[in-house]
This record gives sequence, C-alpha cells and structure tokens, in this order.
Amino acid sequence: MLNNGKIAGFIGKKTLRLVSLLIVVCFASFMLIQSSPIDPVRAYIGEMPVTAEHKAKLEEYWGVNTPPQEKFLNWAGDIVKGDFGTSLIYRTPVIDVIKERFTASLVLMGVSWLFAGILGFVLGIVAGMKQGTWVDKAIKTYCYALAAAPTFWLALVLLMVFSVYLGWFPIGLSVPIGVTADNVTFFDWFKRLILPALTLSLLDVAKITMFTREKLIEVLSSDYVLFAKARGEKGLDLVLRHGIRNVALPAITLQFLGFSELFGGTVLVEQVFSYPGIGQAAVAAGLRSDVPLLLGIVIFSTLFVFFGNLIADIIYEFVDPRIRQQEASI
Amino acid sequence: MGYKAEIKTKKELITGLSTIIGEKEKAKALLKVEDLSLSFIQYASGLRQTELKVISNLSLQAYKGEILAVVGSSGSGKSLLAHAILGILPSNAKLDGKIEYNGEELTQEKKEEMRGKEIALIPQAITYLDPLMKISDQVMGCVEKKDEGLMKKFQREIFQRYNLKPEVERMLPHELSGGMARRVLVSTAVISSSKLVIADEPTPGLDEKTLNETLSYFKDMADKGCAVILITHDIEAALKISHKIAVFYAGTILEIANVEDFKNNGENLRHPYTRALWNALPQNKFQAIKGHQPIQDEVIDGCIFYERCSKKKALCSQGIPQLKKINGGVVRCNNAS
Repeated sequence: MLNNGKIAGFIGKKTLRLVSLLIVVCFASFMLIQSSPIDPVRAYIGEMPVTAEHKAKLEEYWGVNTPPQEKFLNWAGDIVKGDFGTSLIYRTPVIDVIKERFTASLVLMGVSWLFAGILGFVLGIVAGMKQGTWVDKAIKTYCYALAAAPTFWLALVLLMVFSVYLGWFPIGLSVPIGVTADNVTFFDWFKRLILPALTLSLLDVAKITMFTREKLIEVLSSDYVLFAKARGEKGLDLVLRHGIRNVALPAITLQFLGFSELFGGTVLVEQVFSYPGIGQAAVAAGLRSDVPLLLGIVIFSTLFVFFGNLIADIIYEFVDPRIRQQEASI
Repeated sequence: MGYKAEIKTKKELITGLSTIIGEKEKAKALLKVEDLSLSFIQYASGLRQTELKVISNLSLQAYKGEILAVVGSSGSGKSLLAHAILGILPSNAKLDGKIEYNGEELTQEKKEEMRGKEIALIPQAITYLDPLMKISDQVMGCVEKKDEGLMKKFQREIFQRYNLKPEVERMLPHELSGGMARRVLVSTAVISSSKLVIADEPTPGLDEKTLNETLSYFKDMADKGCAVILITHDIEAALKISHKIAVFYAGTILEIANVEDFKNNGENLRHPYTRALWNALPQNKFQAIKGHQPIQDEVIDGCIFYERCSKKKALCSQGIPQLKKINGGVVRCNNAS
C-alpha cells in the first residue's frame, strides 16, 4: 500500500532538514563559543607557568588570531572529513570520548525511557479506567508532584534515601573504584545504573501517564466504545480491545518526541550521580573550556534528538493505518 | 400529598390501560416501556444541582414480528430512549419508570446481560465502529477462541447475503462507502441473533436506492420474528415499512398510530401534532406550524404541546393529559375522541 514515491519524498525532505539543521546548529554554537570569554590557550596550559614567548607560540598554534569565519570553515571542513579534533581535558580524539560516553548514556537513557514508557502507559490506563476514583486521584497527584519536582532535587533525594540512609545502592560512578575494567561484573555495573535510571524515568512517567489517561478518557467516551458496550463488551476486556489499540500509537509517538527532554534530564542526573555519560562530559567540557569536545557533543545530541523526532514522524506517517490510507487515496 | 396521590392513580391508569391493549393485541409485547422518565443531574452554579428532564412519562410496546417507528424531530431525545433501553446512559442520568422485556423487568444488571445477545443496537454512523479495528473483528464482536470458527462462518454468510465482498472483512471503517457502512452496521445486529433490534437513525444521508435497501433489511428482520424499533426523523421512510408509528415530541410520546391512520388527509390521526407533522410533508400540504418544541428545562404544567396547539382548551393547561386508547392506537390528548 505504501508507494515508493512517498517514501523517497519523505527521506529526501528529512535529509534536507537534517543537513540544514546541522549547519545552523554548528554555526550558532560555534559563534556563541567564539564570542564567549573562553581562552583555548589558557584552557590548554591550565595551571602550568609559561613564559610570554611560549604563550605567543601556543596562540599561534591554536590560531587565536585567525579571523572567526576562517576558524569556522577550518573546523567545519574537518568535521565533514570526520575529524572532530582532540579533547583538551581527556587528551584523546573527541570522537573516542563521545563514543564511550554516549554508549554509557544510551544505556541509561534507553533503560529509563523503556521503563518510563511502560510504567507511564500502565498507570495512565489504570487512571483513565478508574477516572474520578481515589486511584485516579492518587495517580494524578503523583504525576503533578513529579512534574513539579526538579530533576537534580529528585536525584539528590533518591541518593540520600537509597544510598546514604539505606545503603542499598552505591553513591555514584558506573563501576566500583579501584577495580580494573576486566574485573567489573555485570552486577556491579547494573547496581550503579538503577538509581540514575530510576530518577530519569520517574520524571518521564508523569508526562506519559497524564497523556495516556487523557487519551483513554477520550476513547472511552467515544461513540465506538458506547456501541461496544451496547453489544455486551465491558470492563477490562473492553479497554484492552478498544482502548489500548487506540491509545498506544499516540502514546508511543509522544514517547519518541520526548528524546530532547530525556537528554536534558540525563545531563543533570549524570552530574548528581557522577555517572560517566555524555551529559557529564558536556558539563565538564563547558566548565573547563574544552571547545572541541563541547561542539562535538552538541552535534551528536542534535542527531540524537533529530532521530527521536524522525521516528515519531515515521510512526505518524507510515504506521497509523488511517493516515496511510488517506495518503493513498489522494 | 395530593400530587403524589395523583401520580399514583395515573400510574395505575396507565398500567391498566396497557393491560387492556395487551389483551386486545393477544400477542405479548416483547418490550414494554411504562412511564419512563429520564433526567440528567447537572451542577449549575457552584454546588447547586439541577435536574434536566429529557424524557418524561413515555410508554410504548414493541411486538415480535412488528416494526415500531419512533418518529420525532432531531434533538428531541430519541436516541436517549434507545440508550435507556440498553442501559448505556452516562453516569449522571437518572431513570424512572419500568422497562420490561419478555415479561421480566429489565434492571441495569439484566440490561448488561441482555445487550448484544437479546437486544441489539444498530447505531447511526460509522463513528460507532472502532477506527483501528478490522471490519470482520468488529462484526463478530468479542468472541471466545473456541467459537471463533463458527462466528467467522456466520459473518461470511451474512456478508454474502448483504452483498459485501470478502475484502471488506479486512478493511478499516474509514475505507467503507456509505452504503457499505450501513450494511456492516446492520450485520452487527444480525450476527447477534437478537430478538429486539433498535435502529437509531439508520437512514439519514442515504440515496433512494440505498434507503430502500436498508429499510428492506429491517423488514426482513421483522419477518423473521424480531421486534424492530426504528428511531428516525424521517416519517416517510418510517411509513414505508412500519406497522406502528410512535410520535415523539419533547421527550414523550404523544401518539402511537397504526400505519393505516396516515392514509388520505390523516383524518384518522388522533393528536394535533401528528396531524401537523403529516400536513408538513411536501407531498401533503407542506405547511409548518408555528413555534418550537419546549426547551428541556422549561417547566410545563399541562400538555406539552399546549403552546402550539390549535385546539387547546382551558383544561389542557392543567395537568398532563392521560393516555387514551382510541381506535386501535394510543394518544395523550384531551380533545381526541
């Protein structure tokens, strides 16, 4: 039923949009950094004492005095070739840092995204089914409270309760200190993933719950549910048969659209839990003037959010049979 | 006190009346609605509750093998009558009166048990089908795994009878044409093998051919022994196939006439409103009467048609006229004889 012309058009449009988005993002963030008081030479030498002569040489090497547009073109040209430069704080190629950090973050974000999606959907369905009862009110209150709580605060509270008072989980990091990489067990790593993932997902749950609840109430007051009741369907069966079917697609779409918030949350959560992910690297790069790393992270997070939105669009355009059909009939 | 006593006697009278009608008709009514009132509880300003009455003192009977058309203008609460019989009213609805099915009182539990099995609804529009479910699954309804094969066979037979191609089974509601949709909606009732079928506005927007075709499905059902209640605002369509016509006005039934009464100039019609309806038809006098139906929260003491009636008397403004049985039909009018 899908016609190839439409797919080709979709891909073409999206590619064009991605390219233009990247150009704008690169240019804007480059110019922001350019006009910020960051001094790459200062960042490089750190606290080392250097002579003025030495410093001038370094400035020459780092290209401090080249005009901004030339700097941008040089940098952008390297990016196109796949060279993201070298991180000043990690002293390794930016691409390697990002690879390692992004993997760690993807695991964290993936786990919490999935957990939040499932939990939020179930809670939303329950609240929608029991609309107006104390169950619904409890779930709603929980969602409002969570939606109002700042991420870092929730992270701190969880850390205090579960790691400090109860001692169930380690305080931070993704692996135990003083253990070589080969000796880290899956369990060690997993134990340290739970709290940050929980923080991230708890916040995400509120949004998806409220959305699912609202949508289910809408479905339950629809004509087709009334007719289903008139035909003897009732209770949980009815919700499973008609509710889930009609709520799932928009809920999944929303969950993919939430990638940007997920990324924002990760930055804060990783900071509180000292989880060595991309968010923490971004903060470090910013605080310690690691320009190549910061710009690299900006590019990759742009890609991440873009693909989240892209998946939502694909679901919307190609998976929903109603939209698919409309397009075909035009 | 006096008011209550009056209500009581009135109820007795109506009950008495329907027994007379029942005896006369010999056959027992499959569905008997007596003195049904329906109101919605609403919150006006702040916490003050108000009751909005949409159906009042409504009585009707449906017999096996017969089509009863409930005819009234749009927005007069006809669909709510269907919803009341099926027990699918919203939670703020308050229902009074008695509904009997096959001699047994229909309580909410009973309705829940009966609907889809004994009583079927044919809805107005395609929006009553799940937009994301295949047609065959919707027509079959919620079936247990073991019955699935049998139901599938049923469904295929019905589709064949209604001239629905096999590929319709796999379609989604939005892919159906108007005529196909109508046939699919009718199939949902036929597959349930219900004894009582309530069709809610099944004809609007249909062309002549599809309209006649749809009407023939109901005739078929009645011929097979079902009691059919046809709720419609299209009096012409109703006259084509119905045995009895119940005239619905502002939440109640003013007259139940036999279809023969609508012959000629309608001089056999009992209620002024029914006559006015008949005269309003293009092929008759094409004359509309002045005024409009009372709005739901208007409190009317007396005949509900009083304001617009051409034959009103002083008596008509005091107390609701009693149901009278005249010439094989029922009417709620003081002047009818």
